[in-house]
Amino acid sequence: MAILINEKTRIIVQGFTGRIGTFHAQEMIDYGSNVVGGVTPGKGGQTHLGLPVFNTVKEAVEQAGAEASIVFVPPAFAADSIMEAADAGIKYCVSITDGIPTQDMMTVKNFLRRFPKEDRMLLTGPNCAGTISPGRAMLGIMPGHIYIRGNIGVVGRSGTLGYEAADQMRALGIGISTSVGIGGDPIPGSSHRDILERLEQDPETKVALMIGEIGGPQEVEAGRFAKENMSKPLVAYIAGLTAPEGRRMGHAGAIISSAGESAAEKVAMLKELGVTICPTPSLMGQTVAEVLAKL
Amino acid sequence: MNIHEYQAKEILAEYGVKIAEGGLAYTVEEAVQRAREIEGNVWVVKAQIHSGARGKAGGIKVCKTHAEVEQAAEALLGKKLVTHQTGPAGKVCTRLYVEAGTQIAKEIYLSFMIDRTSERVIMIGSAQGGMEIEKLAVTNPEAIIKIYVEPAVGLQDFQARKMAFALGIDAAQLNHAVKTIKGCYRALRDLDANILEINPLVVTANNDIIALDAKMVFDENALFRRHKIAELRDNTQVDHREVAAAEAGLSYVGLDGDIGCMINGAGLAMATMDMIKLAGGEPANFLDVGGGASAERTEKAFRLVLADANVKAMLVNIFAGINRCDWIAEGVVQAVRNIDMKIPLVVRLSGTNVEEGRRIIANSGLPIITAETLAEAAEKVVRARNDVVAKA
Repeated sequence: MAILINEKTRIIVQGFTGRIGTFHAQEMIDYGSNVVGGVTPGKGGQTHLGLPVFNTVKEAVEQAGAEASIVFVPPAFAADSIMEAADAGIKYCVSITDGIPTQDMMTVKNFLRRFPKEDRMLLTGPNCAGTISPGRAMLGIMPGHIYIRGNIGVVGRSGTLGYEAADQMRALGIGISTSVGIGGDPIPGSSHRDILERLEQDPETKVALMIGEIGGPQEVEAGRFAKENMSKPLVAYIAGLTAPEGRRMGHAGAIISSAGESAAEKVAMLKELGVTICPTPSLMGQTVAEVLAKL
Repeated sequence: MNIHEYQAKEILAEYGVKIAEGGLAYTVEEAVQRAREIEGNVWVVKAQIHSGARGKAGGIKVCKTHAEVEQAAEALLGKKLVTHQTGPAGKVCTRLYVEAGTQIAKEIYLSFMIDRTSERVIMIGSAQGGMEIEKLAVTNPEAIIKIYVEPAVGLQDFQARKMAFALGIDAAQLNHAVKTIKGCYRALRDLDANILEINPLVVTANNDIIALDAKMVFDENALFRRHKIAELRDNTQVDHREVAAAEAGLSYVGLDGDIGCMINGAGLAMATMDMIKLAGGEPANFLDVGGGASAERTEKAFRLVLADANVKAMLVNIFAGINRCDWIAEGVVQAVRNIDMKIPLVVRLSGTNVEEGRRIIANSGLPIITAETLAEAAEKVVRARNDVVAKA
């Protein structure tokens, strides 16, 4: 099973012929992802990496049966590309692009909400490492070899911290059903909660691991959802114990701007909601192992 | 990106928001000249620093004569002001805004920001202006009015009227209040601001509505299309190390500890700093070296970390995805040699090409301490730091 993507998912790359798009498209193909082509406006009809290039996402959907897309388009044009994917009938879109203006994401989210829920494209990112269902498909930029297939569903804002978690679990022989990066921006396509809803529905996932950060309300919202709606245990780590108030720690979303947004406050609230907290970032694998052992 | 009060006021004036007559001064003479140009017999000399709570820090002085303006300007120019927002280092005042004194009948709070929960612009108002809104939210939440703006249609007149009435604006001033409120919203939307705060917005003794203070914070990610806003950047208000980092394409935040850090990825950087703290140390900085860290970039990052005289030991933690550990290792070795680094260095590499990376470090002949896990790396760097302190 896994969520969002598997070996059959028909993938296109938006920003296919650019340097970054080309590199990661090849990596995804090498991993075994079912990449069926790409979109670069004005280059339709050409062949790139042995695959067709389309002028529009609509053509890619109609002619190549594209279901999922990954966006490598530069920040100034990324919001437009995401909305084009949604309009064309893409079901799932990952936006890797870092640096999209916040108001553009507000427009994107508003645009997506116009679709009835059953027709609405799911977006994860921007500013994320993508999604991987280990052993089946990779729709992202992560080092695929550090992930092994298993029963832990992972959702996280940070790319490299997600790698760290996957690596710690691999060292303990624990695998992952699907790992989803939701990105470090203030307005993400999907929240932790959105992904937890899907992990709860996935028969292959036994435990969910949430890797959060300082800033914003979404980790606590996810904890509340888990308490009320999840049968599976939720393990969480919140980064940023040492982060001072009002200073942006790299990610645009990682800034403590109001009460309840610091790591300590989030951890306290999550504990109260019954979430198992990883006491340190080096114990993410160990904490998951302990929770798994109790099942 | 933050801008100064006077810059925010100039922007708001273009959007139909009334401000008091005022002018900018870089010198004492200019400050007195500005006061002469402004009619009336009360002037306010305001330190232009990127921080709120300037009044409490002595950064705002009410003057009744030109001589007082001169004294105020002398006292403020070049001075470091410390507020709860600037941290103990404070911020240097290099510019003054000299403004006509205002007779205040009523102080109001008004702000607009991008709300992360609703993913909309939220307009917040309170008839109890002047106070810190965070405190008011705790002590008297009913006194705060919140109105959400539908992004597709923007702020509507009825919403502006609703806010104006809730703020206790007279019927006679209603149209002016609506114009002010809508002007603020348009400024936020047109210019890609994340926050616009007027505290206080005042009703004057003449029943006029003016913005007595103004704060705007802009989205760094949108500056590529807001050239005029980008020009308002004042690097005297930013930690010089952060300016240098931004120029090198690195993300750096200076902190108060003494263990320097270079890490790839913001989340892993924060997590590594957490580990240092849990191991009994204090990080000197946040530094995300990003993906595709070349040898040149690595060296720049090292120089930046080591420019902080407090740093007693340094930790490099890289989880290579797109990066490759061998490239990073070569960059680290080159940086240590070129800089002639004297303090202990702990390096932890993981991910793509890790064996090759570790081999390069081991064969370099440099006294680099290596670690395989995050926990080991944090413990080793804290121990190395403690050894340095013990020897000193």
